[in-house]
Amino acid sequence: MKRRVPLAMVFIVSLFMVIQYFVPLDSLAWMYQYLLDWTIIIGVFALLLGIWSLWHVSYGKIKQRAENWQYSIVTLAGLFIMIISGFIPGWGNLNNYVYEHLFYYVLVPIQATMFSLLAFFISSAAFRAFRARSILASLLLFAGLVIMLRFVPMGPVSTVVADLAGWILRVPNMAAKRAIIIGIGLGAMATAFKIMFGIERSYLGRD
Amino acid sequence: MGNGHTEHKTLVERLQFIDRRIIFVFIGLAVVIPLLFGAVLKEETTPIVQTFFDTIEGLPEGSRVLLSFDYGPTTAPEIQPMVDAIVRQCAHRKSKMYMMALWATGDNLTGETIEKVLKPEFPDYKYGTDYINLGYQTGNQGLIRVLLVDFKMMYAVDASGTDVDSIPMMKNIRNLKNFDLIVSFGGGSPGIKEWVLYAGDPGKIPVGGGCTAVSAPLLYPYYPNQLIGLLGGAKGAAEYENALINAYPEYKGRKMAGMKLMMSQAVSHVVIMFFILFGNILYFIQRSRDKSRSMEAGR
Repeated sequence: MKRRVPLAMVFIVSLFMVIQYFVPLDSLAWMYQYLLDWTIIIGVFALLLGIWSLWHVSYGKIKQRAENWQYSIVTLAGLFIMIISGFIPGWGNLNNYVYEHLFYYVLVPIQATMFSLLAFFISSAAFRAFRARSILASLLLFAGLVIMLRFVPMGPVSTVVADLAGWILRVPNMAAKRAIIIGIGLGAMATAFKIMFGIERSYLGRD
Repeated sequence: MGNGHTEHKTLVERLQFIDRRIIFVFIGLAVVIPLLFGAVLKEETTPIVQTFFDTIEGLPEGSRVLLSFDYGPTTAPEIQPMVDAIVRQCAHRKSKMYMMALWATGDNLTGETIEKVLKPEFPDYKYGTDYINLGYQTGNQGLIRVLLVDFKMMYAVDASGTDVDSIPMMKNIRNLKNFDLIVSFGGGSPGIKEWVLYAGDPGKIPVGGGCTAVSAPLLYPYYPNQLIGLLGGAKGAAEYENALINAYPEYKGRKMAGMKLMMSQAVSHVVIMFFILFGNILYFIQRSRDKSRSMEAGR
């Protein structure tokens, strides 16, 4: 019963979603809309679950004095300060002074710094790993250099490089990406059918 | 002779494993110096950007443009210049701008765009009649699917809590099909791809996008059939700014954000390329040495 009811629910709802896509009836459209509202509500609950999970993991680390437990204090402090600053009654909405200052002068510099660090690590990794060890590696190296070169002004040569870079992006890159996208699409469809027919049950957990 | 050979080989080996902090210093200088000097690099507009620009340019006065801020502070340095350029163009074309966010962090960045671009540069643009900030709503692609059917179900109030029915420019909005163009900024998920899949294609609404350079290759397959155009990274922003300058002479001589970033990016790319080539030269020297040594050992 514990497994049959969720499996039946999944089958009925997914079958309905497939049917409504092909049958243009008002009643089905209304039901579809109704189910979409549910997804938003579930999303909100997922957010609460995420907050609970973060609290649970971080609190556990602090309690057990696990490795780097001090960072968990910072995580929880950040979580609650942002929540409180957004919820304090009388401050209206998220455009209040404290929340905006925390966003612009704490979150923005932190996130921008984290992303900027990529430039340094990528450069170091490129120096060490980007080697023409084989024909395929040489092709990758050549393509990478052409793509990077298109950002560099080189007078009349720039047009040739830009055309070559454009060709690499439009033809080999697009062909590979399309193949990946189609592959993902087919894979997602197969997984959806497996979930629908109860073959894939990992979402139910171990119990 | 033998000692000299060993010393030289050690140098090559040492250079191959150069301390990464030295590379960091070079990259840091390559990024910072052009920014400090305010050097600008003008970019020629490529077709994928020009088509986007021309689409907005071709919109009649009063057209409804939905701008979705689907990014955060991490990617803001790359994306904000394109947001500013498109907002400027929409304001020149007297389009009605509906701003919203699929990302929680996009809400504040919407406010920043309004405060730093719209209000000072277009003081005649009025909130509620010319532009609106609808803010962030949770739901990701689920939100887009609901908006395609019933917009006000998810956006009953704007970002400051005002009932949208009391806002003039929201009166005739029922769903996403009432918009002439959707522009999504941000290459993450949810973002441009979700707008194409859940709004553009089923609703037959033109969609354009601006994303980070890293995300651009993933989105190229959607152009030109499902995306009217795509701005990829600082280069895309600089190209759009170039198109803006060509169309609106008042921007001539102005150092725009994307163009400033391009100089810094170009110099840092030269440095990275130098290190890659240098690394390969060292690798081939090392390889030829290893080969000759193994041949000597074979004799």
